[in-house]
Amino acid sequence: MSENRASLVSLKGLTVSFDGVRVLHGVDLEVAAGEAVGLVGESGSGKSVTWLAALGLLPRKAQVSGSATLKGIELIGASPRVLDSVRGGRIAMISQDPASALNPVLRVGKQIGEALALHRGLSGQALRAEALRLLELVGIPDAPRRLDSYPHEFSGGQNQRVMIAMALAGQPELLVADEPTTALDVTIQAQILDLLREIRREMNMALVLISHDLGVISETCDRVGVMYAGRIVEQASAARLFETPQHPYTQGLLASLPPLDGPRRRMRSIPGVVPDPRHLPMGCAFAPRCDRPTSRCLQAQPMLSPLEAGHAVACFHPASAKPGMRAA
Amino acid sequence: MARFLLLRIVRALVTIVLVVTFAFVVLRLSGDPAQIILGPEAPPEAIAAFRKAWGLDDPIWLQYLNYFGAIAQGELGRSMRDGRSAIVLVTERIPLTLALTVPALILKLGIGIPAGIYAALHRGSLADRIVMALAVAGFTVPSFVLGLTLVLVFAVQLGWLPSGGQDSWRHAILPILTLGIGGAAVLARFTRSAMLEVLGQPYIRAASAKGVPWHQVIWKHALPNAAIPTVTIVGFMVGTLIAGAVVVESVFSWPGVGRLLVVAVANRDLAVVQCILLLVAATMVVSNLIVDFLYGFLDPRLRSGAETAKAET
Repeated sequence: MSENRASLVSLKGLTVSFDGVRVLHGVDLEVAAGEAVGLVGESGSGKSVTWLAALGLLPRKAQVSGSATLKGIELIGASPRVLDSVRGGRIAMISQDPASALNPVLRVGKQIGEALALHRGLSGQALRAEALRLLELVGIPDAPRRLDSYPHEFSGGQNQRVMIAMALAGQPELLVADEPTTALDVTIQAQILDLLREIRREMNMALVLISHDLGVISETCDRVGVMYAGRIVEQASAARLFETPQHPYTQGLLASLPPLDGPRRRMRSIPGVVPDPRHLPMGCAFAPRCDRPTSRCLQAQPMLSPLEAGHAVACFHPASAKPGMRAA
Repeated sequence: MARFLLLRIVRALVTIVLVVTFAFVVLRLSGDPAQIILGPEAPPEAIAAFRKAWGLDDPIWLQYLNYFGAIAQGELGRSMRDGRSAIVLVTERIPLTLALTVPALILKLGIGIPAGIYAALHRGSLADRIVMALAVAGFTVPSFVLGLTLVLVFAVQLGWLPSGGQDSWRHAILPILTLGIGGAAVLARFTRSAMLEVLGQPYIRAASAKGVPWHQVIWKHALPNAAIPTVTIVGFMVGTLIAGAVVVESVFSWPGVGRLLVVAVANRDLAVVQCILLLVAATMVVSNLIVDFLYGFLDPRLRSGAETAKAET
């Protein structure tokens, strides 16, 4: 699917270390214009760090290397001027906890207006009118009055709608939604996801949806990357990934979802925990939790390599391979 | 808002009454003014006459009631030493004290806040470590030690400035520095930690993610939030404008309110001590009130209170 469209954002060998501890081990990811890509994985797998690094939003002590380009513009090590025009203007980001991502002492109209002034040069009445339109677009009732409200006067779901309005203000080509529904009630979660899908269609905007919830991803995304311990371990179209998962970690994630039909079964969980990035195993980071490790898995790190067109996996023993047949 | 205001004012008045009452009781339990003012050799008849003249032979509750009755009529008593009105004695000293404390406050704000912000923005840098080391030194060294050190260096060794007195503006420099340095240190540490706290908040990263240039993130997003806790400590400093220089005025023989207080306490000059304490309590309470209102101004979460309407999405 992505091969047919122009590449919008391209991450190559993106690596991040904090105080000498590597937390991201060379991530490669393409996002095509208008495409919806899901990134799934447990907390600490590097989903958010990947995008914070690409946008230069990590604290100064983080060491970032590799490449992240937006239509050919390199973002890693780019000047503040370049980054400020990209952030919010071409790539916008919304985060997990909308209540704390909005400035508590500024009116929401002002916070939305700030992005409009920065990226679209609006001011005065035009700015207010556009802020109002955005607030109505994301479904805030009584928008004219609510422009002058403060974040604490909104509910969590409304705050996330305000965040989305703020993110849309710069008319970005890509919206990175980092766990946008995790902090919200289940009923509100569905509404926010509907809103994201609707807006993406209308604005023909690419979407990267970061989540630990495969269910959320499957409903929204064309393509999915599964992350584990700072690496993408499997990448495929959403349909394919759910039908024929290859990496044992992906299989584990799918097995831990409750089935939608058929007989009820006990939900399975993946034994063990995500390894500490300071003490990663020598070989495959998933080997200690894997149900089919071999001596090779304990010694070498499998690289992400294509299994067939549009489906790549980082495993020496993917599910469809006959034992002992496949090499990296 | 009106209820909030009224409540605050009532609370302020109660605080003042408590302070004045406490001062009244302690002063009357801590030595006989007649004995101290007339001297140890005074004949008993003279002491009895003095007590009668100043109403000191009345029961303490009656003295207390008389005292409050007088306050209600705006009468704050007379000095037992020279019979002058206590309020006049005190108010003529106030400008002298303000001549030290106001410039010192400006110094505290002018150095403390920028230094704290700078240190927070350059956390872990050499500059941050120097600022913090100076800040620790600045508020652990007692003001009399700092004052005497400054005298030793600038008056005794270098001979640039006078060591005490109040004949010219040059006499004010060392006491102002002594007062200002300690306060600037406290404020620098406070501002730094408030700023660091704010810089770690998700809305700061969100502002950057929106494409707000870093200097605007600092000015528009971080500082208004960091100002909220910093206002508390500044309010406290404003509250000490009148009586915050007791030690420094003594070290530099500066005839302000602080010196008057020290002398009046030594003499058990009850009306003067009480008048100063009333004034101190009043400025403290008023500055607290101002801080409360500033909070409401700075933080919309405190402004709207219970009226907040939360509609579900």
